[in-house]
Amino acid sequence: MRDALKGGGDKAIEKQKAIGKLTARERIITLLDAKSFYEYDLFVEHAAKDFDMNKKYLPGDGVITGTGLLSGHPVCIYAQDFTVAGGSLGWMHAKKITKIMDHALKLKVPIIGINDSGGARIQEGVNSLAGYGEIFFRNTLASGVIPQISVILGPCAGGAVYSPALTDFVFVVDKISKMFITGPEVIKTVLGEEISMEALGGARIHCETTGNAHFYAESEQECFSQIKSLVSFIPWNNLGKAKTYPKKSPKTRHYKIDNIMPSDPKQPYDVRNVIKAISDDSSFLEVMELFAANIVIGFGRMNGNTVGFVANQPMVLAGVLDIDSSDKAARFIRYCDAFNIPLVTLVDLPGYLPGIDQEHAGVIRHGAKVLYAYSEATVPKITLIMRKAYGGGYIAMCSHHLRADFVFAWPTAEIAVMGPEGAANIIFRKEILSAEDPEKLRKQKVQEYKDKFANPYVAAAYGYVDAVIEPAETRKLIIHALEISNEKSVNLPAKKHGVPPF
Amino acid sequence: MSEVKKKQRLSTLTIDGGKYLTTFSDKYKNKKPYEENNPNLVRSFLPGTIVEIMIKAGDKVEEGEVLVILEAMKMRNEIVAPHDGKVKKVFVSLGQMVPKDLVMVEVD
Repeated sequence: MRDALKGGGDKAIEKQKAIGKLTARERIITLLDAKSFYEYDLFVEHAAKDFDMNKKYLPGDGVITGTGLLSGHPVCIYAQDFTVAGGSLGWMHAKKITKIMDHALKLKVPIIGINDSGGARIQEGVNSLAGYGEIFFRNTLASGVIPQISVILGPCAGGAVYSPALTDFVFVVDKISKMFITGPEVIKTVLGEEISMEALGGARIHCETTGNAHFYAESEQECFSQIKSLVSFIPWNNLGKAKTYPKKSPKTRHYKIDNIMPSDPKQPYDVRNVIKAISDDSSFLEVMELFAANIVIGFGRMNGNTVGFVANQPMVLAGVLDIDSSDKAARFIRYCDAFNIPLVTLVDLPGYLPGIDQEHAGVIRHGAKVLYAYSEATVPKITLIMRKAYGGGYIAMCSHHLRADFVFAWPTAEIAVMGPEGAANIIFRKEILSAEDPEKLRKQKVQEYKDKFANPYVAAAYGYVDAVIEPAETRKLIIHALEISNEKSVNLPAKKHGVPPF
Repeated sequence: MSEVKKKQRLSTLTIDGGKYLTTFSDKYKNKKPYEENNPNLVRSFLPGTIVEIMIKAGDKVEEGEVLVILEAMKMRNEIVAPHDGKVKKVFVSLGQMVPKDLVMVEVD
């Protein structure tokens, strides 16, 4: 018993600690509520017969599984133990994981997977591949039913990466997490290209460049507190709603909603300040903060209840939609919809990012994901147009046409096919070209267009905006809209499933 | 965690004639400029090693004729002439490691 609890033994544990890592058991105990963890299958033994493996004892077969409480939430959890055969995945190791996953799905509680593994246990051959396959299959079945959280606290390479990729949220820690399909050594032998593990698949790369990870931390401790924070915002499963917390007012002394947006429509601002000006206690848990920062997504509360915020960020790339920001927003929208979290969309964008690279990399099919996700979402959908809402961007950002329940606009909103400059240049092209002073006429026409269309009232006249509101009324109205949408129910056409532009 | 800094230097992004002050992401700043495809330039489709060179500048070649062998992914890949013509220049040497998309041969 004592042997099994010690994992790979003192030497291996020492090695683990030397690089700033906790042991698998310490990780579970640190993350979960004190004395709440119960372990199962501690005495499971590995199934490898070949290569003299039958003479080896691998405590717990390199993975710890069990149940416990996370901030009072019941959860199923597993942690791979790198000190035992490098946390390699063999058949019984996989069986322990799939058993606890089956539990989670049956009991309808979140599953947390802590990954720290060298990969497949080669000695077990095709059985370790079978093990991975069984995990991926369950990840897919559980998707949208129970929250699935992956924590990468070590290497996670080759096929193993696809379990986190299939789950809802991936947490990584600087210098500890490493994810890739083929490692630096293979890349070097096959392709002759040299790259370090950190540069290839370190925490920062996956948060900033690939978008594979959702939360970045400097240490395992910080990572654990991020997980706790996330879990406080989400429900246990897709049948329930997130826990309600005591209502709290925003810190209005710090976040003054009237002063955040500059009066000059070309000037940027940080849209997160608008979110903080309307959310309870001005608290906001940003998801994928470092990836595609031109859109902001994350969780907050309004009147005690969780909402998912989706907001264009004028501070980065003027808040445009592009491939990365579309992917980022679309998946978040689907997450919120799957788990009964209302969506609050804050709009200020000049449209889609122009560029050959964008067109060639498929901005059409990527951009379509946002339309699909919003259209399909049946949770309460509240939209606030703060400033620019031009062209396809207006439609995509949860307009009435995609069945927003309420669309509010500030008096500064401009809802139009495009900005005044572009529109005037097209509509009055001939007149401008043949004018004595084209520049003067252009300016005049731009002004005319601005006066006529750069406001929310044209759209409001068609009922595309429900109410033009003062910024100071925003929180009150959104809370009201959310309250009366609480029992919203929509029946979509019966189907096996749609065919989204993945 | 990194906040968007207040005193960042702003750049201008133009969309449909409108000019917007904003910041550029690293990805946007580092994107490669578009190059039109020049059918005369034979490029490496993978990083690898040049293990054989069959031609030299001035040689007449036919479409499909093997110009060089690029060993990549443990395979000897025959790199062939894209069309009939004359080899204008060979940019690689025997044993050279080449990155992806490197111009190896120009065929006029």
